[in-house]
Amino acid sequence: MADSRPKPRLGVFKFASCDGCQLSLLDCEDELLTVADAVEIAYFLEASRRPLEGRFDLALVEGSISSPEQLEQIKDVRQRSRFLVTIGACATAGGIQALRNWGNVQEFLQVVYARPEYIQTLATSTAIAEHVPVDFELRGCPINKHQLLEVIGAFLAGRRPNVPNHAVCVECKRAGIVCVMVAQGIPCLGPITHAGCGAICPSYDRGCYGCYGPAKEPNVASLARQLLSMGVAPRAMDRLLHTFNAWAPEFREGVGQRLALKVVPE
Amino acid sequence: MTEPDGKSCRTITVQALARVEGEGALTIRFRDGQVEGVELRIYEPPRFYEAFLRGRGALEVPDITARICGICPVAYQMSSVHAVERIFGVTMPPPLRDLRRLLYCGEWIESNTLHIYLLHAPDFLGYESALAMAQASPELAAVVRRGLRMKKAGNRIVNVVGGREVHPINVRVGGFYRAPRREELQALVDDLKWARDAALETVRWSATLPFADFAADYEFVALRHPDEYPMNEGRLVSSRGLDIAPHEFADQFEEYQVPHSNALQARRRGGGAYFVGPLARWNLNADRAPARVQQAAADTGIPFPNRNPYVGIVARSLEVLLAFEEALRLIDHYEPPAKPAVEFEPCAGVGHAITEAPRGILYHRYETDSAGIIRQADIIPPTSQNQLQMEHDLLRVAPQLVHLPETEAALLAEKVIRNYDPCISCATHFLKLQVERQ
Repeated sequence: MADSRPKPRLGVFKFASCDGCQLSLLDCEDELLTVADAVEIAYFLEASRRPLEGRFDLALVEGSISSPEQLEQIKDVRQRSRFLVTIGACATAGGIQALRNWGNVQEFLQVVYARPEYIQTLATSTAIAEHVPVDFELRGCPINKHQLLEVIGAFLAGRRPNVPNHAVCVECKRAGIVCVMVAQGIPCLGPITHAGCGAICPSYDRGCYGCYGPAKEPNVASLARQLLSMGVAPRAMDRLLHTFNAWAPEFREGVGQRLALKVVPE
Repeated sequence: MTEPDGKSCRTITVQALARVEGEGALTIRFRDGQVEGVELRIYEPPRFYEAFLRGRGALEVPDITARICGICPVAYQMSSVHAVERIFGVTMPPPLRDLRRLLYCGEWIESNTLHIYLLHAPDFLGYESALAMAQASPELAAVVRRGLRMKKAGNRIVNVVGGREVHPINVRVGGFYRAPRREELQALVDDLKWARDAALETVRWSATLPFADFAADYEFVALRHPDEYPMNEGRLVSSRGLDIAPHEFADQFEEYQVPHSNALQARRRGGGAYFVGPLARWNLNADRAPARVQQAAADTGIPFPNRNPYVGIVARSLEVLLAFEEALRLIDHYEPPAKPAVEFEPCAGVGHAITEAPRGILYHRYETDSAGIIRQADIIPPTSQNQLQMEHDLLRVAPQLVHLPETEAALLAEKVIRNYDPCISCATHFLKLQVERQ
């Protein structure tokens, strides 16, 4: 017997971002048409000309809030949506464009644009959760497309998504990857970084660079002391922490401040 | 609306361009049935990459610039590392050069099939999306599934060579962190062979699509290489006789700002608009393509070089076929290198590089100090460079729109834009159409 209930309405929204997290849904090549059958993809500008109208059962929001218009738009999205899930580091932490939050955005405008007065922008780039209540945050830069399917599936089943927040180290151990820091002396942020990627970088002989943001209760000061003892200078460590999740509260503070170090300018 | 002196005005608006990457809008203004002006308004908010790259390490460029675009991160990684390697005096030995080319093949496939099947085909077949196409009939569902499976084959290459499909992790200044094992690449071959055949079918199918009658005297601009279809290397040439080295780019091209776009536009110095991307590349480099791909082009019966931007979908399809052919050839010859990267010392200097992103030439320029810290960065994406050209195409098509109802006019204007496969997040460190008829 056919189910005559209307399908849940899904909307996909973009703020300041690279589009990579939305693209993850289109990268589910095997599952996309099945998803399109299970939910009504009612708004997804990248894939469809369907206009924005009505309410949504699930809103997937990518991108950070970085302009006055976006402040208004996110409130509208929240108001139209039963569940709002943020996807990716821009939406969950402000993205790498949050580097402006330390600097002088007026100066940034002038470096890039000859006529800065034509550009409407905020001094900060911030996470969606700083402006509206968010029901779930899916971390990553980009997110893991399998975790995105888990989130959509969980929503359809009416349960909480199964997305662990332990450190990347657990993923390394599960995959049988020898610790790159211990065995090869490669600086790695794995101990303080949120799992989700499957420990890709260590599997390619590279140290984790934290693109999934802070793990639960990260001990940043301890890792910083370890990296110092390995010869990583404080400035270089700050650059490691201040990338795609720079504005996340646990990563935000500079290493020098954390360890009360005297930092020599480059 | 009619003004007191009897003149009538009309504005056609597309609030937000769909099936393009990023956020843009479009205005066409008419007065008394004549086109007064067009504006491609990119309102995607700026992220200021060129500003915050200052003070970062030169070795961070592939990871940071990748985040300019989720669809074409490899292009940013390639242009950025090649530019930095110019400063540090690094050249890629053949095995690493081949690996980079293989990685780029993966991205060309993934990005171009995304555009052909998911973003562009619905325009030619009259659907609001590929998802709607798939639900319309079993035949169309099979077409969409073919495209998705081809895209997946391209993504698998990026996954193995780059470590991850979106924002690969394996690219570094000097080469890679780890070279793939031969078995990892061999595991892709069966899928790639299926996909190559599907790509040939795609070329044939794309040539049957209904193309609008549209041609103009464009200046096509692309890389050109003595031995190969260009991806990472070459001189910069054009259909009007330009022939320069990448470091001479700023002598011939300039960026400038317009009030209606958050993305800087670009033009030829002392000239005007120019056209980059698959159609430009094919028009300037068809003779460098493998024989089978040239044959496929001839078999379509479409004359090349071609000046109809709608035919871009055929050029894009030819490039997908080419990328599958190249990928199979590179995998077949692959021997893992002794080392995944070459060694170097950072130093002060200036470096430029141009590589062929799926959407056209992508120019990077960096200035570093003696510690290898970036002092200045300049990034010019292909979509920025195509902006003026897109506006010119809209001007040309505008007379056809003036008497059309709003929704039809908007759709036609959007189609003109989608020929260029714009990547607006790139262009802004997509389309609201507003037609003002007065």
